[in-house]
Amino acid sequence: MTALPDAHGPKRSWWKSNQQKLTPWLFLAPGIFMFAVYVVWPIFASFQFSFYDWDGLSPKEWVGWGNYQELWGDRNFIISLKNNLIWLVLYMLAVPAGLGIAIFLNQTVSGIRIYKSLFFFPFVISQVVVGLMFAWFYAPNFGLFFQLTEWLFGTGTAVLANPDYATYGIIVAGLWPQIAYCMILYLTGLNNVAPDQIEAARLDGAKGLKMLWYVVLPQLRPATFIAVVVTVIGALRSFDLVSIMTNGGPFGQTRVLSFYMYEKALSEYGYRMGYGAAIAVVLFLIMMVFIAGFVWKMVRDERGH
Amino acid sequence: MFPRPIAQRSRAAQLTYQALLPVALILWLLPLLGIAMTSIKPSSDLAAGNYFGLPTHIAIENYWTVLFDFDLWKYIRNSFIVTIPTVIGSVALSCLTGFALGIYRFKGNLLIFFMFVAGNFVPFQILMVPVRDLTLNLGMYNTPQALILFHIAFQTGFCTLFMRNFIAALPRELIEAARVEGVAEWRIFWFVVLPLMKPAIAALSVLIFTFIWNDFFWATVLTTSAETRPVTAGLSSLNGQWVAAWHLVSAGSIVAALPPVAMFFLMQKHFIAGLTLGAVK
Repeated sequence: MTALPDAHGPKRSWWKSNQQKLTPWLFLAPGIFMFAVYVVWPIFASFQFSFYDWDGLSPKEWVGWGNYQELWGDRNFIISLKNNLIWLVLYMLAVPAGLGIAIFLNQTVSGIRIYKSLFFFPFVISQVVVGLMFAWFYAPNFGLFFQLTEWLFGTGTAVLANPDYATYGIIVAGLWPQIAYCMILYLTGLNNVAPDQIEAARLDGAKGLKMLWYVVLPQLRPATFIAVVVTVIGALRSFDLVSIMTNGGPFGQTRVLSFYMYEKALSEYGYRMGYGAAIAVVLFLIMMVFIAGFVWKMVRDERGH
Repeated sequence: MFPRPIAQRSRAAQLTYQALLPVALILWLLPLLGIAMTSIKPSSDLAAGNYFGLPTHIAIENYWTVLFDFDLWKYIRNSFIVTIPTVIGSVALSCLTGFALGIYRFKGNLLIFFMFVAGNFVPFQILMVPVRDLTLNLGMYNTPQALILFHIAFQTGFCTLFMRNFIAALPRELIEAARVEGVAEWRIFWFVVLPLMKPAIAALSVLIFTFIWNDFFWATVLTTSAETRPVTAGLSSLNGQWVAAWHLVSAGSIVAALPPVAMFFLMQKHFIAGLTLGAVK
C-alpha cells in the first residue's frame, strides 16, 4: 500500500497542527495566573509567616514552632476553637430546617412563587445588615427578644451582653440566611423528584415521614450534599456577624478563629502577623479536612461519568 | 410530587394552609420588618418609647440624613466601583477557563479544575496576611483596585466551577462539527460556545454581584477611608458613630441592602439557577 499524501499538505503551519493542544493553555493562562497570585501562593506564604514573629514592618524574626506553642497556652485561642465547634454543630440545623421549610412551601397554591422568593430573602442581604437586624432584635430593654423573655420569665435577657448566651445569639442570626439557602437548594431538588416513584410508593401505602426517609431523601442526595458543603464552609467562615454584633465580646466570649486571627494580626495594640498566620493555618487545616472530603467525593462523581 | 398537593386534601386543610402561609412569612421576616418600620420612624418616636407602634409620621428624612449628612452615598458609590469591574473580570476569566476545562481533554485538566474548586473553599484568613502585604507592595492599599483584583482572582474559582460544568453539558457535536469545517479554536469559542453561554453568564453575574456587594472581610482588610470603603465596611464604621440611634442604623441597613435585593428580584430566575447548580442530577 502506498502512503497517502497528507490531506492538509505541507502548508499546514506549526500553529495549525498544534492549536488543539495549545488553545486550552492559552485560555487558562490568565485565570491560573490570577488564582496563583492571589489564592495559591498566599496559602504557602501564610504557612511560612506562621514561623516568624512579624509586625508587618520591621524585619521578620524566625521563631520556629514558637507561635504554635504559644497558641496551645492561649486561653482566647481555646475559646475561639470551642466556639467554632459550637458554630459547626449548631449551623448544621440549617440543613433540616431548610428542608422543612422547602417541604412546607412545595405546593402549587396561588401566590406561592412570591412566598418562596420572600422566604429566600434573608440570603440576599449582606451579613452586616443581618447582624444589625438581630442586634436590634436582641437589644436590651426594647428589643423584641428582650421583651419576649421579660414577658415569659419576669426578667429580660440582653442576649448579646451575656457571655453565656451571646455566641448562640449570633449563631441564630447566622442560621437565618443559611436556612434560606438550604431551603432554595431543597426546593429545586423537590421539583425534580421523580413523580412516578412517589406515586408508586403511595400505592404501596408509604406516606409522611416514611415516604420522606425512604423515597424522597435518597433522591435529594445531591441537594443535601451541597447544603452540607455550604453550611460547613459558612460556619467556619463566620466573621462578619461576630465582628458586627459583639466584636468578639463580651469578655472575648464570642470570638471564633476567623475573628481572633484578624484581631491578632491587625489589632490596635500592634500587629502580630506571624501569630495571626499561625491561627489561620489552624483554621485552614480544620477546613482542609472538610474540603478534602468534598473534593474527593466530587472527583469520584466526575470519574463515574 | 412531595408532599401530597394540598389541592387533594380537605377544604379545611387547604384553608389552614392558606392562612398559615402569611403568618409563617411574617414570623420569618420579623427582624427585617422591624428594621424597615424603625427606619421610617422619627427619632422622637424612639425617644418616647414607641418601638413597635406605627410611626407618628413617616420620617423619610432618616434616609436623607444617613445618605448625605453621614455620606453613605459615597460608600454606595465605592461599592459599585468595586463590584461592577469584579463581575466583568471574573465572568470573563471564567468563560475562558471554563471553555478550556469543559471542552478539551488533556493531562492535568481535572487537577487544575479541582485546584479552582478547592481554592474556592479556603478560609479568607489564610490569605489575609500575604494578600495585604502584596497589596501594600503594589502600592494599591486602600484603593478600589486592591479589592477588584483580589475579588476577580478569588471569584474565578467559583466561576470556573460553574462555567466548566455548564460548558461540559453542551452538546459536543456542535464543536466537533465546527472542527470538521476547519474553524479555528478561538473562533469556536467566540462564535459557537459563547452565544450558548448567555444564561450562565447572566446567572453568574447576579450571583457575583451579590457576593461582592456583601463582602465585608476584605473591605475592612484592604481599605480604610471613606473615599474607598465599600458600603458594608462603611455601615460598620457608621454603626460605631450612631450608638443605638436605631432609626439611622435601620435606614442605613435598608439602603445598603437595596442593590442586591433589587438585583435578586429583577433576575430571580438566573439567581436561583446559579445557586442551585448541582442540586439536581
